[in-house]
Amino acid sequence: MATRLQFENSCEVGVFSKLTNAYCLVAIGGSENFYSVFESELAGVIPVIKTSIGGTRIIGRLCAGNKNGLLLPHTTTDQELQQLRNSLPDQVVVQRIDERLSALGNCIACNDHVALTHTDLDRETEEMIADVLGVEVFRQTIAGNILVGSFCAFSNRGGLVHPHTSIEDLDELSTLLQVPLVAGTVNRGSEVIAAGMTVNDWTAFCGSDTTATELSVIESVFKLREAQPSAIVDEMRKSLIDSYV
Amino acid sequence: MAGESGMFMVHQTIGSVLCCKCGIPMQPNAANMCVKCLRSEVDITEGLLKRLIIVHCPECESYLQPPRTWIKLQLESKELLTFCLKKLQKNLNSNKVRIIHAEFIWTEPHSKRVKVKVKVQKEVLNGAILEQTYPVEYVQQDHMCESCSRVQANPDQWVAAVQLRQHVSHRRTFFYLEQLILKHGAAASAIRITQMDQGIDFFFSNRSHGIKFVDFVGKVAPVKSRNDKQLVSHDTKSNNYNYKYTFSVEICPICREDLICLPPKVAVSLGNLGPLVICTKVTNSIALLDPFTLRHCFLDAEQYWRTSFKSLLTSRQLVEYIVLDIEAVSSEVNIGGTKYVLADAQVARVSDFGKNDTMFSIRTHLGHLLNPGDYALGYDLYGSNNNDDELDKYRGLVIPEAILIKKSFEEKRLKKRGKPRSWKLKSLNMEVDDKVKVDEDKMNSEYEQFLKDLEENPELRFNISLYRNKEYQPSEMASVTDGEEVPSVPLDELLADLDLSEDVSDDDSMVE
Repeated sequence: MATRLQFENSCEVGVFSKLTNAYCLVAIGGSENFYSVFESELAGVIPVIKTSIGGTRIIGRLCAGNKNGLLLPHTTTDQELQQLRNSLPDQVVVQRIDERLSALGNCIACNDHVALTHTDLDRETEEMIADVLGVEVFRQTIAGNILVGSFCAFSNRGGLVHPHTSIEDLDELSTLLQVPLVAGTVNRGSEVIAAGMTVNDWTAFCGSDTTATELSVIESVFKLREAQPSAIVDEMRKSLIDSYV
Repeated sequence: MAGESGMFMVHQTIGSVLCCKCGIPMQPNAANMCVKCLRSEVDITEGLLKRLIIVHCPECESYLQPPRTWIKLQLESKELLTFCLKKLQKNLNSNKVRIIHAEFIWTEPHSKRVKVKVKVQKEVLNGAILEQTYPVEYVQQDHMCESCSRVQANPDQWVAAVQLRQHVSHRRTFFYLEQLILKHGAAASAIRITQMDQGIDFFFSNRSHGIKFVDFVGKVAPVKSRNDKQLVSHDTKSNNYNYKYTFSVEICPICREDLICLPPKVAVSLGNLGPLVICTKVTNSIALLDPFTLRHCFLDAEQYWRTSFKSLLTSRQLVEYIVLDIEAVSSEVNIGGTKYVLADAQVARVSDFGKNDTMFSIRTHLGHLLNPGDYALGYDLYGSNNNDDELDKYRGLVIPEAILIKKSFEEKRLKKRGKPRSWKLKSLNMEVDDKVKVDEDKMNSEYEQFLKDLEENPELRFNISLYRNKEYQPSEMASVTDGEEVPSVPLDELLADLDLSEDVSDDDSMVE
């Protein structure tokens, strides 16, 4: 199921958190609310880790990762790196990379098998992404935007991209990623998808401005209803209600 | 660009997304919201003025352009729309709203409301541009403008007065001048026109209007003018002085057809002209003709006033003669567009005709017009008792017994008496000064004389506008004419009167 939440009155929850199938990173905030929402959803399944990167809270935009690994920008301090290494499960490789474009979250979008990257990333970085995250790397743009990490969000089950993406682009991306994609919005018409939400294979967190329509699009494209124990009931409902995708 | 360089371009089909609010599929836009939802979300006319007040002068139909300009605007006109939108512009700019279209919504003219439908555009929610129309109501607040309120408070409040005078016993000059003023609209700005003894007073609300009028009169008549001003009020603090200006304009007393005995000085300066001359034409200069030699000359206003003289006999003293015999002396001479032939004539006064045998052998300049048996008007110098200083100065001057001035059509005209003319003239809206006793009969006969002059003299008609008389119906019966006919105005010279309404008061503005 998708959850709506806020980080200190900001709806850009994707900026302040990073959710993968193996772990969840949450920014250190003044209030415990944000953390506790994640904790209540994910407790006992994957670790929820409070951290900062390079002393900032915008961790979602600075790091990129999946269940195999986590890439950190060169601004990350040794202490933070050490803390993350300690907190994350052993099979997750944590790697700090020396890339000029340090907002890795904006430049890289990935699931557990494929990654789309900014077209200007270094060749070493590209190799590092392939090695650490264990993915195939494609240099891509989304609806003419080079910041692929900002304008799309996808899991192993589906993906949401910038609303201006043409049908041809959608087909192409869908073929690359091998998941169904849909153009849509979060946070009441915001096109910065990854900033407004963070998603893994069974759950999603969206900004509190996200409307019911947007939420239903997200739930259906990421197949979040089936992931729940109540999947059978949802399946029955699906036959009654014609969903969008 | 890519297409030009021969690169392959993938065709891009615009997909559809769900409206984030209502969930209907739509083309993605900047707000990613369908137009209906966007409308419900934001009202771009919020904070825009919907009701404004415009100050309107009910007297002159003008509107106040702050701070103090009054502009005349018609309802439903383009100019009024511009004026209305200008009032709105500041408000629109401060709200960052752009105006796209505006049009009037019809309202009753007496409702004192002007309604304008305005279409505006505004950028909302990250770059989406929304368009919306809304009505703006302008309330006309009646407030008399400064000039109207001044006129209302005291309509006689004039600043400049022009006193036009001619010291002669008749008003012929003023009848003619009235027509000239009407034709040129010279007195359109006059607030009051009063008929005075021996003249007319014109009152203006502005000094410059008065000066303009004086200039006009100076161009059509030989005048002498002087002006004066009277201090009305004075504000020491702002150094403002309020004056009333008076222009005294005197028209020279010489009229057309007058017999003049030139003073010796003038006669010498004009090359020994005359001294007995007749005035043939008065414009801004005076045309003089010596009827015995057919010499002529022009005297401009300045020359005249340097040595002003009076006429010996005026057209009121014309006497009717009958031509008994005529014999041309010279061939036809063209003087200033008019033909003259010098001739010797034998004439007798009509009053003497059949009573005694008094006949005069005279020389006349009207040889081309007169035939034996014709009637002519002339000055009876034989019978008149002249009391003129100038005449006395000439010793040994042989004074002819009669000087003929023009052919008379009086006999023929008798037949036509009582019939209306096919044309008419307009007249200035003149008040009559109650202090002056106006002889109604005398004025009417003078006016009739003026109309006859117009008929006889095409040169006189040249400068004035004649209008078709609607009441005139040409008689069905063909009149039997004996040779020569009474001169009349040809129909093609007449102007059709622009009669827009029943009301004749605004006729003055239509002349031209």
